[in-house]
Amino acid sequence: MTDKPRVATTSLCGCFGCHMSLLDIDERILQLVQLVRFDRTPLTDIKTIGECDLGLIEGGVANAENVEVLREFRRHCKVLVAVGACAVNGGIPAMRNQFTLKECLEESYVGGVGVHNPGIPNDPEIPLLLNQVHPIHEVVKVDYFLPGCPPSADTLWTFLTELLAGQPIAFPYTQIHYD
Amino acid sequence: MSHSFTLDGQETAFVPGQTIMEAAQAAGVYIPHLCHNPDYAPHGSCRVCLVGVGRRQVSACTTRVMEGMEVDNASESVQANRRAVLQMLFAEGNHICPACERSGNCQLQAVAYYTGMLAPHYPPFFPRRPVDASHPDFIIDFGRCILCELCVRASRDHDGKRVFAISGRGLASHLVIDSPSGLLGDSCFAAADRAAHVCPTGAILPKHKGFERPIGERLYDREPISKVGDLRAHEDEVD
Repeated sequence: MTDKPRVATTSLCGCFGCHMSLLDIDERILQLVQLVRFDRTPLTDIKTIGECDLGLIEGGVANAENVEVLREFRRHCKVLVAVGACAVNGGIPAMRNQFTLKECLEESYVGGVGVHNPGIPNDPEIPLLLNQVHPIHEVVKVDYFLPGCPPSADTLWTFLTELLAGQPIAFPYTQIHYD
Repeated sequence: MSHSFTLDGQETAFVPGQTIMEAAQAAGVYIPHLCHNPDYAPHGSCRVCLVGVGRRQVSACTTRVMEGMEVDNASESVQANRRAVLQMLFAEGNHICPACERSGNCQLQAVAYYTGMLAPHYPPFFPRRPVDASHPDFIIDFGRCILCELCVRASRDHDGKRVFAISGRGLASHLVIDSPSGLLGDSCFAAADRAAHVCPTGAILPKHKGFERPIGERLYDREPISKVGDLRAHEDEVD
């Protein structure tokens, strides 16, 4: 069954809520695995991405690793989708854009309430933070946007089934929300 | 003698002097809008009520109906321009809906749903605008202000207070408050003012009641604003 469309997913600067919402399609996931083959995704724990038909991106772009992963997904996916508020416009993490990165780090690791052993982490394995959090369409071309925090299971199901069936994608009013 | 114009191909009556917005509302036709509120003089600043008249697009809230005028309120090109206007409003402010108490009761959000906006499209500005929480009953998040001047008009024309004004020009335009410190808490603004209840976004919010009604059961969660109507008709439920 190698001719099934291949789907990859990842979470950048997100909370995995959108992935939880995908799992919230419940038993329809059995139908979904009949329709697609999952490539790199936290659901399969495959770590490298192959050539895919569809890439679902949760989360915005907040650090250097997010940029790298996002570009890799763009290179390998025919259709790339921003899933959820953070991928669409930065979401909750983008609220740190009201402050400088220095202020954020000092609040978290130096002067904040309840900080022990103050000091900003500088282990080379930790991806460097960007000055601001960005929606993914500021970094790569995005083919489709699914707003919501998270998009509901029904929203994701409507999108996936209509896209896979080659239908124009149309949502009922209750399936498109920004919160 | 009765007067008529054509609205989306339908012959529609109007009273001379009415704007396109007023005549459409009288006929039960919804034209999306944010800065329009029938209690105050038309402002024409948000541009969301764009309609096609001949080869031009004009704001329905400031254009008078003329005999025989042909108005396009429903074509995809009109709707696409409204969507682009909304995307610019979203991109130039800080509209993080999941973190906003007004979400679900927000006219900006509801109009964006109505036009089918999926994302802000443009690179966001992420302007740095501090929140003013100095007032005991209300909070102002300037990042959510769309410069519609409804609070300015309500405070000036109804409350007789002139608490608010827009200062600066172009991209630097911003809402200012008439008090020695510039803070709302030091102004004569009061919870009973009309200006406290006309904001179409989450910029001016009452304190202490943000999540009384859960997300999912709010004004625009289940039905579009074209059916539900403006916040103005539902103030008891929202504030």
